[in-house]
Amino acid sequence: MAVNAVGRDIPSSIPGYKDDVVLFRGATKRLPKGNRYGKKNRTTFFTKTDKTLPNIKAAIRESGLQSGMTISFHHHLRNGDYVVNMVLDACAEMGIKDLVIFPTALFGIHKHLTKHIQKGVIRQIQGSVNGPIGQLVSEGGMELPVVLRSHGGRPRAVISGDVKIDVAFIAAPTADKYGNLTGACGQSACGSLGYTHTDADYAECVVAITDNLVEYPAPYIQIPQTQVDYVVQVDKIGDPAGIVSGTTRVTRDPMRLLIARYAAKLIESSPYFKEGISFQTGAGGISLATAAYVRDAMRKRGIKGSFGLGGITSFFVDMLEEGLFKQIMDVQSFDLAAVESISRNAAHVEISADWYANPWNAGCMVNMLDTVVLGATEVDRNFNVNVNTESDGALLHGIGGHQDTASGAKLTIITTPLLRGRLPSVVDSVYTVTTPGEVVDAVVTEFGVAINPKRQDLLDAIKPSKDLPLVTIDELAEKAKKIAGEMAPIEYTDRIIGVIEYRDGSVIDVVRQIKKK
Amino acid sequence: MALRRTMLYLPGNNPNMLIRGHLFKPDGVILDLEDSVALSEKDAARILVREVLKNIDFGGCEVTVRINGLDTPFWKKDLEEVIPCGIDGIRVPKVETPKDIELLDEAISEIESKNNIPEGKIQITCLLETALGIWNAYHIATASKRVTAICPGGEDLRADLKTSRSETSEELVGPRRMVVLAAHAAKVDPLDTVFSDITDDEGLRRETEWIKQIGFQGKSVIHPNQIPIIHDVFTPTEKEIAQAKKIVQAAKEAAEKGLGAVSVDGKMVDKPVVKRAEYTLQKAGLLEGGE
Repeated sequence: MAVNAVGRDIPSSIPGYKDDVVLFRGATKRLPKGNRYGKKNRTTFFTKTDKTLPNIKAAIRESGLQSGMTISFHHHLRNGDYVVNMVLDACAEMGIKDLVIFPTALFGIHKHLTKHIQKGVIRQIQGSVNGPIGQLVSEGGMELPVVLRSHGGRPRAVISGDVKIDVAFIAAPTADKYGNLTGACGQSACGSLGYTHTDADYAECVVAITDNLVEYPAPYIQIPQTQVDYVVQVDKIGDPAGIVSGTTRVTRDPMRLLIARYAAKLIESSPYFKEGISFQTGAGGISLATAAYVRDAMRKRGIKGSFGLGGITSFFVDMLEEGLFKQIMDVQSFDLAAVESISRNAAHVEISADWYANPWNAGCMVNMLDTVVLGATEVDRNFNVNVNTESDGALLHGIGGHQDTASGAKLTIITTPLLRGRLPSVVDSVYTVTTPGEVVDAVVTEFGVAINPKRQDLLDAIKPSKDLPLVTIDELAEKAKKIAGEMAPIEYTDRIIGVIEYRDGSVIDVVRQIKKK
Repeated sequence: MALRRTMLYLPGNNPNMLIRGHLFKPDGVILDLEDSVALSEKDAARILVREVLKNIDFGGCEVTVRINGLDTPFWKKDLEEVIPCGIDGIRVPKVETPKDIELLDEAISEIESKNNIPEGKIQITCLLETALGIWNAYHIATASKRVTAICPGGEDLRADLKTSRSETSEELVGPRRMVVLAAHAAKVDPLDTVFSDITDDEGLRRETEWIKQIGFQGKSVIHPNQIPIIHDVFTPTEKEIAQAKKIVQAAKEAAEKGLGAVSVDGKMVDKPVVKRAEYTLQKAGLLEGGE
């Protein structure tokens, strides 16, 4: 055991993860060594002009997939995805076992995998777990720990060779027979395929699964034929209702609006609110409302932004079309308007997760970000943020781009209600550290805004007002405690069921098995 | 005079709203033990409201509690529990005659003296929710020094008037005007009833503009999102502010010179005009609340 830079006891060896665990020592401390990983060379002659195979099982056979190997998936089809379940069903039927699955994220629809976990088809998950699978894992239902990485940490792990992908299965809303892929059109269109690029580049074998096989060449190619080994056509790769939402509406919940108003005011009062501002917000209630207030402030003060980043909604598309952004950089398209925009507007750019957030390249997008608005399950007196575990200690959420954007942006704002029901969100010490306090600049609650004392420059620049009540993080923690009382501590065992990597591959925290109630 | 543009109702059985209501910066909060609480929950809500009053800092909002009606078995218990917690006033429903206020005044005085609260500290806002209450408005407003505001009812009043809600609330025009008249005659605040369609921002703005024009000083509020709209309507325009500044400055100079009369732009200005100018600046957030 040794204590890392956020005060967590981390074993030097974690079975099923690494024998030589790298401790988190600070947000910019770990530097890469050596060369990038590369897959085997291959050649394809003019004699082969069709990569299609009749079904998923044929592709699994041709790919050389065997028990114990690592397979990867992307999550652009979100809760509408059929591909992960279809591939694992086929593996199970073919007697393939002990697989490590390496998804960019899993959703509720993947609870179907529970049976494959219980029967040993899946031995380990390196990727976010949520809902029923998260509960299963948290109660000790998997032998090997889940490994969680951020959207930038994942391509870093692949490119540096930490994780070797044997076969990447890519859900492709549109493909041609020679393996050109796009998410921009087709019955299961999802817009950007940003999270897929690194897998396509580095996996030993790449299998595209599509429900829209078009004549060669496919339009608006995102993943080119040079990277794809096989193409399989199926009836449906997903349910459009779960892939994109039709509309994005700003909340009317007064508390969320109040928090958003404070967050927007903070941005507006900061030195970053000027011509050329760039920002990223999520698609959640508070984030979107914050974006709406910031947009109004931009209009009012005649400010034009440079770029909007991240998961893209109609909201950012409208801002682009209104001229409030020069470009939007889209790693994931959340709604129909974003899907439609990506292929018709050259200023709406698809970016890979590597380009978006990988700390180990010559410069990712988050480094150019002025401000990001993020959520939290918990945040503590040291500004450490937890987005992974729930109040009962169960591992229920992925990291997403949280660590990456927080670390890159000049102004990282965490928005959260002070209490959810009776549960305080500002606490003495978070149960799990996802993002270290050193990269968090402000916490915005309905009871006021706490700026990280490390940001004296911000404290000097920002004047408190009726619309921007400044408090300290300790005051918030005390207030929450006063209203809700002390919480009973979470009961857990020593066994590690989850490893939380920082984006640089060091271990920032571990999650232990919870005691069954 | 304290601003009473927005008085936000907080259901007495909803801890979420009770602890957060003041964050939306209404001029006042009304912790409600009456209509928003079911009969079976009256005791629980009274305890919850008492504990919230003891533990939450309402950040400068005027804090009142709407008690149950004088025709119920709850109102005395309500008073006994909440008055010792340091509130500013009581909002009492369905007041019909000055006698109601005398009864309430007596009960409050008794609790004040038992708890070493300065006599007369607890103010009363009267809800006039029947035709009789509206008819007696002036006499109710002058029945006790504690009365500092009167409000017309909404749905209850419509029922008593044997009519129903219309799009323009035509049926409440007369009662509203009577309340305004009686309130100003009695030198108390006329405060308007709630606007119940919480999604109709435009309708709220129209109604608020009208009630402001006929002389109301504020409005009861049932949803936090209504607050900025009402504040916006009650916030003086740039022109009004400029004029008010001029008057207040002239009055100050006159006082310094020991002059009784104040003159602005060659016109004599009366004391009430100066007072109103000060009130205008206060509404614009440019002057601290006085008196």
